[in-house]
Amino acid sequence: MAIELLYFAWVRERIGRGSETVDPPADIVTVADLIGWLAAGSDGHAAAFVDRTRLRAAVDQNFVALDASIVGAREVAIFPPVTGG
Amino acid sequence: MITVGPMPIDVADEFAAISAKGAGGVATFVGLVRADDGVATLELEHYPGATEAALAALLTQAVARWSLLDARITHRIGVMVPGDAVVFVGTAAAHRAAALEACAFLIDRLKTDAPFWKKETRGRDAMWVEPRGSDDAAAARWSG
Repeated sequence: MAIELLYFAWVRERIGRGSETVDPPADIVTVADLIGWLAAGSDGHAAAFVDRTRLRAAVDQNFVALDASIVGAREVAIFPPVTGG
Repeated sequence: MITVGPMPIDVADEFAAISAKGAGGVATFVGLVRADDGVATLELEHYPGATEAALAALLTQAVARWSLLDARITHRIGVMVPGDAVVFVGTAAAHRAAALEACAFLIDRLKTDAPFWKKETRGRDAMWVEPRGSDDAAAARWSG
């Protein structure tokens, strides 16, 4: 099932785009699985995802750990730790 | 009230808005772009929809916990220069302690809970700001 991906800050810059739609295989069931699958597919994704301790994620706009499920998700966002205020 | 947008923050207008409820005490925090260490511009990126939802959730918590009469967060996005206001937090309560504590809670938790990212430009160099451990510690003191 198609998932809308959103990227922010240096994750967006390294990948070279702010969003994309993907249709991962059925064995990709967590955010971490998705990150690994994307990193294997392009150099930009691999560069953005090289240090997973510096990645945060949201599934359907809920902030989650990287081992959270993406089954049935419509939107997954991947980004660095936040620095607002 | 939550406002996230590229317009410059008018602190006088913000103060007038938070003061309009007839509260006994109003506390405010204004975050400015620091002028030190050669920063030419600061750019703020956000996650449309999710950022506003995160800020609204913090306001709801603060209003309930400190029985506020009103609370507002106004956060600017886009490109700013030193001296510009990045964020305004205002709380209105019957008495000072509630207003002051709620204001501190909101800015501390905003820094760790709301999806914003800062990029600094110095000369030709652009660098994404790294989070600080002290921000996590400041946010953690409000839990429990």
